Amino acid sequence: MTDVLVKVGFLALAALNGAIIFTIMDVKGASWMQRRPGPLHVGLRGFIFPLAEILKFVQKEDIIPTEVDRPVFKWAPAYVMVSCVALFAVVPMSPTLVVADLELGIFFALAISSLGTIGVLTAGWSSANKYSLMGGLRAAGQLIAYELPLILAVVGVVIQAETMSLVGIVEKQIEWGVPFVVGGQVVGFLIFMVAATAEMMRVPFDMPIGESELTMGFMTEYSGIRFLIFYISEYMNMFILCAIASTLFLGGYHVPLLPTEWVNFYGPVVLLTKTAILGFILVAVRWSQPRFREDQLQNLAWKILIPASLINILVTAVMKVGF
Amino acid sequence: MVNTLDPQNFNNFSEASVSVEIETEDMTLNIGPQHPSTHGVLRLVAKVDGEKVYDVKPVLGYMHRGYEKLAEVRSYPQITTLVNRIDWVAGFSNEIPFIAGAERLMEIEVPERAKHIRLILTEMARISSHFVFNGAYALEVGALTPIFYAMEDRERVLDLIESVTGGRFHPNFNRIGGVKPAAGSGPTTKKDIQDLPAGFYRDTKVAMQKVIEAADQFQNLIGGNEVFKKRTKNVGILTAETAEAFGVSGPILRASGVKSDLRTLTDYLPYDQFEYDIPVGENGDCYDRWDVRVKEMVESAKIVLQAIDSMPSGPLQAKVPKVIKVPKGRTYVRAENPKGEMGYYIVSDGGLGPYRLKVRTASFSNISILPLLLEGALLPDLIAIMGSLDFVLGDVDR
Repeated sequence: MTDVLVKVGFLALAALNGAIIFTIMDVKGASWMQRRPGPLHVGLRGFIFPLAEILKFVQKEDIIPTEVDRPVFKWAPAYVMVSCVALFAVVPMSPTLVVADLELGIFFALAISSLGTIGVLTAGWSSANKYSLMGGLRAAGQLIAYELPLILAVVGVVIQAETMSLVGIVEKQIEWGVPFVVGGQVVGFLIFMVAATAEMMRVPFDMPIGESELTMGFMTEYSGIRFLIFYISEYMNMFILCAIASTLFLGGYHVPLLPTEWVNFYGPVVLLTKTAILGFILVAVRWSQPRFREDQLQNLAWKILIPASLINILVTAVMKVGF
Repeated sequence: MVNTLDPQNFNNFSEASVSVEIETEDMTLNIGPQHPSTHGVLRLVAKVDGEKVYDVKPVLGYMHRGYEKLAEVRSYPQITTLVNRIDWVAGFSNEIPFIAGAERLMEIEVPERAKHIRLILTEMARISSHFVFNGAYALEVGALTPIFYAMEDRERVLDLIESVTGGRFHPNFNRIGGVKPAAGSGPTTKKDIQDLPAGFYRDTKVAMQKVIEAADQFQNLIGGNEVFKKRTKNVGILTAETAEAFGVSGPILRASGVKSDLRTLTDYLPYDQFEYDIPVGENGDCYDRWDVRVKEMVESAKIVLQAIDSMPSGPLQAKVPKVIKVPKGRTYVRAENPKGEMGYYIVSDGGLGPYRLKVRTASFSNISILPLLLEGALLPDLIAIMGSLDFVLGDVDR
């Protein structure tokens, strides 16, 4: 029992910390790209401002409009957050530092990540607001469209690694000596990153939030701590999907040439560094790109990404069998 | 709508590629007056089917301040304060046609130097207005960064306007017969009136060079962006005929391919002394409207640089009576403002103030095409099209 509690505590704390670090990175990255100081006052050069932000949201009034579907409205943020935290359970920081090394690790991760869609859709539906509804529907359409390329991109990795366990995938990359992104999964990696960006609803795929069109999309009616949960989940999702991407494609907790017997010590540092690099790319994209239109996003998913990922699977399979 | 389940329509049924049509109801979406992308308090009542917009009715008047009526109880020098606030993004250029109208009725010849100063400040107002458009438009199609660049660059221009007039947005600088002595020029004596602050020429040259650089940067940062092109090209196409029929003017008209610019057509300011191009678009889509404005910024900067070099010396103010009374008569003076044609129809009965003042503003006529342009557009396009018209609510409602 204590074992489980420790693991759950570790999970929640690690995911929350990841989210906070990514928030700092996003906001500081934004201010850097926009030639302005950014947050400066809380902590050393404003670097612990997310804590102040959290405190601010917690003490704010949690406004629930009268017309909303109360239980659904109240529970929707929880769905989103649970799906994010559960996703983190299978990400290995080192061969031993992993909450659950499941046999079907990546399968579990992809299945759980769809759960968040329910939260977003119900948030949009229950808000009794037309903008929220449109945001929710956009989110649903988008998440369904991008779930497919996400899964298909992973299939290539699974074929190459011959396992679905995330630890197994990393071990295979150590065995090969190079991460999969070098060893033939470049296309898969790109598709995964694009689909993951859409999955976490970040620019240029942030139509469900689309503040210039839908004010705040499915989050419009939320305030106080419930809004905070959505807000943190967004960054948690970003953190975890980046961690999964680095595990699948960038060699996870290991870098070539480092001695494998010390992996338990440097593993977490290596993984978090890779995650942060991917996260920084997402930050750079967010603050430099406009937003796609909903139909253009669907076109991109169904006409480009899915065929490309199918070809990627085919090529990977042929290479695997042939060589 | 064909009921495909009706046995009589079975022929249609077998031929149709989509077999069952679901009966749907259009949703009425109320956009604004409090909405992040309506530039203030414009309200659009849109009928939407999913993401598709079928019918749009703009509702105006949330910012009506009754300037035309107020002008009837104010004297001519007082009215410049009012008209500053019509299109607040380019405050200075609102004063010009009104002052020019009053001067025409009084038959005053304005000194060349005053005209040049007016021209320089008008072009600066145009540049600052287009900077705001650039940033805001990028924001509307979802790019969050360019507005910070635009505001930073605009501040250089506003600093110059402030150094001359004392105000960033509402200069209130024109006087009937000329301009007032500059704010930053220090103590003045009657004999030696300093009109421009020290270092103005040097600072302007630097700032205008920066404007040209900034326009180039926008062409790369926004115009070169694939997503931006996808969002704006072939969206909201406005043909030249429709634009002219609806009384659309300014950059929007020119983006539709009509080379019409009041700076060359009328003589309210000495534009004929300078060389500049009039950028014209080809397709009349959102991208062209954006592109024309960015190119206009460069042309305006060039005009300012030329005007600085050829600045004539002489008095700032023509001889005018102490109490300004405009003789009986009526006149209409129009000018090319950043948003389009702005005109004042002044009816004077010989008193201290106008008997009637009709203000023709660009934004009001420009947004009259909104229902037409938005029909059949998608909701994100609605924002993109609306943003590309670059209206200011103060300019719409007055």
